[in-house]
Amino acid sequence: MLEINNLHVKLEDESREILKGLTLSVKPGEVHAIMGPNGSGKSTLSYVLSGREGYEVTEGSVTFKGEDLLALEPDQRAAKGVFLAFQYPIEIPGVATMQFLKVALNAQRKARGQKEMSAPDFMRHVKDRAARLNVSQDMLRRPVNVGFSGGEKKRAEILQMAVLEPSLCVLDETDSGLDIDALRVVAEGVNALRSPDRAMIVITHYQRLLDYIVPDKVHVLSDGKIVRTGGKELALELEEKGYADYVVKAA
Amino acid sequence: MADLETIELVKDIDVDKYKYGFETDIESELAPKGLSEDIVRYISAKKNEPQWMLDWRLEAFRVWQNMEEPTWAKVSYPKIDFQDLHYYAAPKSTPAPKSLDEVDPKLLETYAKLGIPLKEQEILAGVRKQGEKSELDGESGGEYASGKVAVDAVFDSVSVVTTFKDELKKHGVIFCSISEALREHPELVKQHLGSVVPQGDNFYAALNAAVFSDGSFVYVPPGVRCPMELSTYFRMNAKNTGQFERTLIIADKGSYVSYLEGCTAPTRDESQLHAAVVELIALEDAEIKYSTVQNWYPGDAEGKGGIYNFVTKRGDCRGAHSKISWTQVETGSAITWKYPSCILRGDHSRGEFYSIAISNGRQQVDSGTKMIHLGKNTSSRIISKGIAAGRSDNTYRGLVSAHRKALNARNFTQCDSLLIGDKCGAHTVPYIESKTSTAQFEHEATTSKISDDQMFYCMSRGLSEEEAVALIVNGFVRDVLQQLPMEFMAETQKLIGISLEGSVG
Repeated sequence: MLEINNLHVKLEDESREILKGLTLSVKPGEVHAIMGPNGSGKSTLSYVLSGREGYEVTEGSVTFKGEDLLALEPDQRAAKGVFLAFQYPIEIPGVATMQFLKVALNAQRKARGQKEMSAPDFMRHVKDRAARLNVSQDMLRRPVNVGFSGGEKKRAEILQMAVLEPSLCVLDETDSGLDIDALRVVAEGVNALRSPDRAMIVITHYQRLLDYIVPDKVHVLSDGKIVRTGGKELALELEEKGYADYVVKAA
Repeated sequence: MADLETIELVKDIDVDKYKYGFETDIESELAPKGLSEDIVRYISAKKNEPQWMLDWRLEAFRVWQNMEEPTWAKVSYPKIDFQDLHYYAAPKSTPAPKSLDEVDPKLLETYAKLGIPLKEQEILAGVRKQGEKSELDGESGGEYASGKVAVDAVFDSVSVVTTFKDELKKHGVIFCSISEALREHPELVKQHLGSVVPQGDNFYAALNAAVFSDGSFVYVPPGVRCPMELSTYFRMNAKNTGQFERTLIIADKGSYVSYLEGCTAPTRDESQLHAAVVELIALEDAEIKYSTVQNWYPGDAEGKGGIYNFVTKRGDCRGAHSKISWTQVETGSAITWKYPSCILRGDHSRGEFYSIAISNGRQQVDSGTKMIHLGKNTSSRIISKGIAAGRSDNTYRGLVSAHRKALNARNFTQCDSLLIGDKCGAHTVPYIESKTSTAQFEHEATTSKISDDQMFYCMSRGLSEEEAVALIVNGFVRDVLQQLPMEFMAETQKLIGISLEGSVG
């Protein structure tokens, strides 16, 4: 589904490379965890996959379902099925969460040549997904992420994911700022979306999230490259030993 | 839902985004170019006005001749040659239509093309039954369950038709052109005309008083809640012509009326002058809600053409417990110079001003309000949302003042500006004057930009760049949008999307 090959990325206005030859292959149905110390390039990877401006790919390629992902605008990527759950979700004052979901879903459907979803169908579509994530009607009426607590923001992100039904979910530090109960709700929401034709990349600093979202593969990202790949037991090892072995020593 | 329509519309826009720019090919009767006492007499004679009205105009003209064009607003434009304009233009074919059937089909077609419902017959014929709810009525519901809107259509210098007059008459409501009011209800006009905006109030008001050609007149008798939305639609069509309309609305004791004006003009290379005066009078316990959707031709992206919109709008809360509420959506005009104000004369009276002003291209907006607190326990509220894009300049200019007898005057002002891109400007110029220590005035102001983060967030969810801007801006203006009559909310949301077309990238 996703093939990242020897990806080199730098910031547009800096010469320093952040990703230095990252290679990763993700098949449908798989859940990959990417772990690594701060500054290893985890968030950069999520932004490059979703098409944020400000990054320059100097070498390498990313293909998604056989197509050159890097040639597409963020909205085109979304319509093709790429979704990024933000580490810090953005506030949009005055736009009700429900309205945002509807505009987004229908924009994607239209881009895919599908008919827009009718209001009653859409209500049904959102309702049970919202209930599962403990998102109240009141929250759906409030403006997108405005005044949301940390936990509410993360639940709202996963709700967007559930409503938009992407084929590739990238979760950027979805566990940050969550207490154990909120983490459980979010993880259950994510697990409910696991399916044979959907892949997930779970980016996290801590092993804790992986107790709930059990990955098929764990990768260690350090200094812009994947330096080790293993099964879910690798996460436990990292928890115990820390990232010390993988951090580039200061000269 | 409405946002989807916005998006739909934005997507369908071709190069010429101003879709009202067409010209109606209709013969018109023009006054000779230029301004003199003779022209003032010519206009008055055309309208068969009584002597007192002509004298009133001539007095205004003499005052105007000795006045200077104001220069304090943050707008710049080439000097206007007031002698190079026609001050009167009327479609030839319509002497005085009594009903819709007699109106020139070309005119009806024009209004149909603009989406203005001059369709009393359709409603009578049951196309949309009385009381039937439109899908736009939504949960908050319109002010009027009937869903009817009575329209006074003003084409260049004359009112061509007013719909639903008979039905309004049954309730005692007078809704007609001001020319007709001068003939049919001279005593009401004579008593109130100029009582809120005197002839010599300012340069443009004086000009208007001298040469105004038409406009709407409304009188709502005591205790009557006007049974439908009233609306005037202004259309400038003739070339090199100024439009000078005058609107007078009187809400007698304990009455209520909601009024909406809309306006468009053809796309032209040369600029056209529009200088209107609106006077509102609310007596004891009366309430007037006045909404404007201003969509005059804004000029092209380089600033060529467009309407110069110099407007004086003022409401007088003359009676105790009266209320006047202005809501404006300003998307058009090359230059907007407009400060709808409230004189809070009656004790416990209340004034409100809700504004959305959008500027794009080379548009210049200098707009705001004045809340003059004179009576005791008066209150006012100002919510202004300015959105600047392209190379435009967008200024909020407002005055809140309390007279020394205005005990316990209260005001809350909130001015928010949103910038799109880095070549536009937003400015907030509030003036606050209080002569009583019992006044409580609050002022809040913010300036923000549509952030890259917001854009990316929306786009990563599947919205295109323009869909994202329309959504974010509609969110930004939401508080004000909600003040508009339901019928016009959806239309306005679309308009916002269209006005900002080409503002990104």
